Amino acid sequence: MANKLYPDAATALDGLLFDGMTIMSGGFGLCGIPEKLIAALRYAGVKCLTVISNNAGVDGFGLGQLLETRQIAKMISSYVGENKEFERQYLSGELQLEFNPQGTLAERIRAGGAGIPGFYTKTGVGTLVAEGKEHKQFNGETFILETGLVADVSIVKAWKADPYGNLIFRKTSRNFNPMMATAGKVTVVEVEELVPAGTFDPDHIHTPGVFVQRLFVGRDYEKRIEQRTVREREPA
Amino acid sequence: MWTRDQQAARAAKELQDGFYVNLGIGMPTLVANFIPEGVDVTLQSENGMLGMGPFPFAGEEDPDLINAGKQTITELDRTSYFSSADSFAMIRGGHIDLSILGAMEVADNGDIANWMIPGKMVKGMGGAMDLVAGVKKIIVLMEHNAKDGSAKFKTACTLPLTGKGVVDMVISELAVLARPTKGAAFKLIELAPGVDLDTLKARTEGHFDS
Repeated sequence: MANKLYPDAATALDGLLFDGMTIMSGGFGLCGIPEKLIAALRYAGVKCLTVISNNAGVDGFGLGQLLETRQIAKMISSYVGENKEFERQYLSGELQLEFNPQGTLAERIRAGGAGIPGFYTKTGVGTLVAEGKEHKQFNGETFILETGLVADVSIVKAWKADPYGNLIFRKTSRNFNPMMATAGKVTVVEVEELVPAGTFDPDHIHTPGVFVQRLFVGRDYEKRIEQRTVREREPA
Repeated sequence: MWTRDQQAARAAKELQDGFYVNLGIGMPTLVANFIPEGVDVTLQSENGMLGMGPFPFAGEEDPDLINAGKQTITELDRTSYFSSADSFAMIRGGHIDLSILGAMEVADNGDIANWMIPGKMVKGMGGAMDLVAGVKKIIVLMEHNAKDGSAKFKTACTLPLTGKGVVDMVISELAVLARPTKGAAFKLIELAPGVDLDTLKARTEGHFDS
């Protein structure tokens, strides 16, 4: 078996980074983001990045850290509402932004990872998103052509992995991570726990190890909550 | 006039037993508090969850368990989790019965604008374009007029569209406007208590049959 295990984020990224590269980064909001790998990108100082990620973190955490250091030249995202620095850089023209509908973004990544160069969808027909794209009729309805996405490196957060790179995600932290694992030329994964080979029930594996090239265990996850909402306990 | 809660409760009357429903961020989220007795609905959250439960008790929040508004939530005995690609297969594939969304503008041909104010607000469309394109029925829950008093139900949207001809029903604090099919004209279905037709017409720009 090829060794996929690395001691930490910096060594797991060693030799993969170059200025102007495209990186896919998993997560929805701050849920399921590869926080150790994002921190390592910041430390490595790689520049002019195109980052494909549903959101852009918040000010000072997640991808917000790479915006602060001006390492990101372009974002491909669906929603960036939680990040003032993002909005400022975009409105001042420092940062390029390509908005994709969230389902289109997810499907473009899924398609890219599956070797599918394009697909037609109804989403965005008649909106700014459709401008300049091929339109085609199917069964009397109009669809637009969207293209598959791939990245030089995908950075992914999973809950558990085995040494073969088989992955299991936890609750809604799965989100974009499984598709991004398929769409990176190299996929680097951080997990909370490494389990011995044979631990997982093969029927329960979410991402098979073929999609994972490098792997390490992250420590001391911060896992920030954006909107802490609770309900009152009813009096006994 | 209806309060926000009453507006949400009115929207909840449109829920049918067995429906799979996606609720947008903001006022639509309130609809979950008014699901009628005896009506069983399953709430979908587009970040990858079907069967969304209530907010957790204090101290039981789980950062790995949030809804599309990034709020901490809980799971139910029916809950399933899945990837964003599977989530939007549900939405774009026509498997979700109803979505209730907010809007900045709705036109009387069913166009909706709710994601962008050029040069000002650049938050993004999130899943809204997929929802209006793929979900069977679209209800908009919004204030009848903007802060400057202008009508939000218009003859044509002025802001960049989220979808064309997709809205089935509009519920504001003044009235319910709806149409039986996507091509039809909107019709007044119900006035809120204390609101008369002249008031509604004076505060509305778009056409509706009364």
